[in-house]
Amino acid sequence: MISSHVDPVDISSTSAQLALNHVFKIYPGRQSWQDKLLRQTSPDFVALADINLEVEANTFVSIIGPSGCGKSTLLNIIAGLTPPTRGSIKLNEVEISKPGPDRGVVFQNYALMPWMTVFENIRFAIETVYPHMTIVEQKNIAREYIDLVGLRGAERKHPHELSGGMKQRVGIARALAINPKILLMDEPFGALDALTRGFLQDEVARIWEQQRQTVILITHSIEEALLLSDKIVMMTRGPAARIAEVLDIPFPRPRRRESLDQYPAYHELKAELEMHLSQETRAVEEARIKVKP
Amino acid sequence: MPFVRFMANSLPQRRKLVPIWNSNLQALALFLVVLIVFLGAWELGVQLNVFSQLVPSASRTLQAFWGWVSDPFFDYGPNDKGIGWHVLASLRRVVTGFLIGSAIAIPLGILIGLSDVISKAVDPYIQVLKPVSPLAWLPLGLGLLKDSENTALFVIAITSLWPTLINTKFGVSNVDPAVLNVARTLGASRWRTIWKVILPAAAPSIVAGLRISIGIAWLVIVAAEILVGGTGVGYFIWNEWNNLEITSILTAIIVIGLVGLLLDRLFGLLQTWVSFGQR
Ligand SMILES: Nc1ncnc2c1ncn2[C@@H]1O[C@H](COP(=O)(O)OP(=O)(O)OP(=O)(O)O)[C@@H](O)[C@H]1O
Ligand SMILES: [Mg+2]
Repeated sequence: MISSHVDPVDISSTSAQLALNHVFKIYPGRQSWQDKLLRQTSPDFVALADINLEVEANTFVSIIGPSGCGKSTLLNIIAGLTPPTRGSIKLNEVEISKPGPDRGVVFQNYALMPWMTVFENIRFAIETVYPHMTIVEQKNIAREYIDLVGLRGAERKHPHELSGGMKQRVGIARALAINPKILLMDEPFGALDALTRGFLQDEVARIWEQQRQTVILITHSIEEALLLSDKIVMMTRGPAARIAEVLDIPFPRPRRRESLDQYPAYHELKAELEMHLSQETRAVEEARIKVKP
Repeated sequence: MPFVRFMANSLPQRRKLVPIWNSNLQALALFLVVLIVFLGAWELGVQLNVFSQLVPSASRTLQAFWGWVSDPFFDYGPNDKGIGWHVLASLRRVVTGFLIGSAIAIPLGILIGLSDVISKAVDPYIQVLKPVSPLAWLPLGLGLLKDSENTALFVIAITSLWPTLINTKFGVSNVDPAVLNVARTLGASRWRTIWKVILPAAAPSIVAGLRISIGIAWLVIVAAEILVGGTGVGYFIWNEWNNLEITSILTAIIVIGLVGLLLDRLFGLLQTWVSFGQR
């Protein structure tokens, strides 16, 4: 495990296959007698209903779906941060019940420790996961991943001195530096402007070419999903969100955003994704209008 | 052409000077005006016998002030010591009592910040004891400890307890859940999470609590020393009142204020240091 750090291009052995079986998530409503007394009861909320998904090792999978359908909930369940109400999640055939360093998580709001420098944030992760590694080795790995995400020169800066794009680079480096079997990203570029987002997408594509880890990416952007993914999972609207369809994205790699639309399948796939998303979003809006009066 | 360039160069410089004069120098001037008017009215009032016979004149007070402050460390026996010795005695008590109080308040605050059960169990004690004046503990301290010095420390320790305790609890239970999730996804142990994540994140709140505590401790020490006697600025004030030396009392008031200001600034510096990059 440690030796694979020295050579990040090493493929299959470190990556993992993920299987979700009949996963449900029901957020309990407020129904205690105190709530009843105060007339504040609310029914249980079924966020996810019967999610089944197989993710092969070394594939890049995007999850796309209308806002509020339960994408973050699903990712948090895989990360182990939220327990599923029912169902099983297996990573390399092993049941997952709590968070662990076999899964690296990139958060939408970066979640950097504000009192640590860039270097310290990354080394904190390495030291936590590999407490017996020598300090020299920890520092070498931290430096290696700082280089990988293009942050050399900013090691001693604190998060408040960084732009959003740089912060997310730290988030990505921190998640990768612990050499996880699978990388989980929840709208990692959602808070960035379009230019920075495109730039970071290219970086992620480049890094993925090197590492080929299993990745699950949640995104709102169809172009982003098409550029990066091997498979795109389309979810239906909530409540009781399900997986509507899984699309294969066959474009050869390395991909370039400028030339992606030259593949004949590109426009077809894009149209299908757009139609699905707009259909679901319209249904969400209609349901909302009906509920209001 | 040269004239135009001269204009262009000199204009922005003048603009820069004006705001500095406006804010800082104006405030300083106003401060001095208030001081001079106050001292003048005081001096005039005493000359015209407006106040009671006890009130010393401003000039006499300033002379006495300078006398005390220019030679703070003389020692002619227990009832005739420089004000520096008294300040040091009070500071030693405040710092010792404050350290004892903080050594209890910080760990306890972390504990109740981490555990809902302990928090709910301890909360009634805190709620009931917090509003009690620290001086109410003084007779109890004298009775239990049978020693005025330890009683003063006891009172200061209790004084320093509450703000630190409450702020520590607040800081620990309000750590950004995002960084806690990071620690969880890395599989960090409970101890490592507390030391490396929760404590640094709560440090600004904890130091804010310490800052309030030392401020109140410095307030309370004067009253405690008036009651227990011996040494210290509180004792000094009481002693000078018995001698009817009002100028010395006024001197002590200014010195106490300056020392309190200094303590507050020290913790203010500590506060900016630990909250670097946060909030
Ligand atoms: N702790 C909770 N308690 C109750 N309901 C919740 C809770 N967390 C999420 N939900 C509900 O579950 C649904 C799914 O939320 P989730 O955050 O997973 O959606 P999402 O697809 O990530 O949305 P977005 O695209 O806006 O990020 C939402 O309707 C939300 O209101
Ligand atoms: Mg979300």
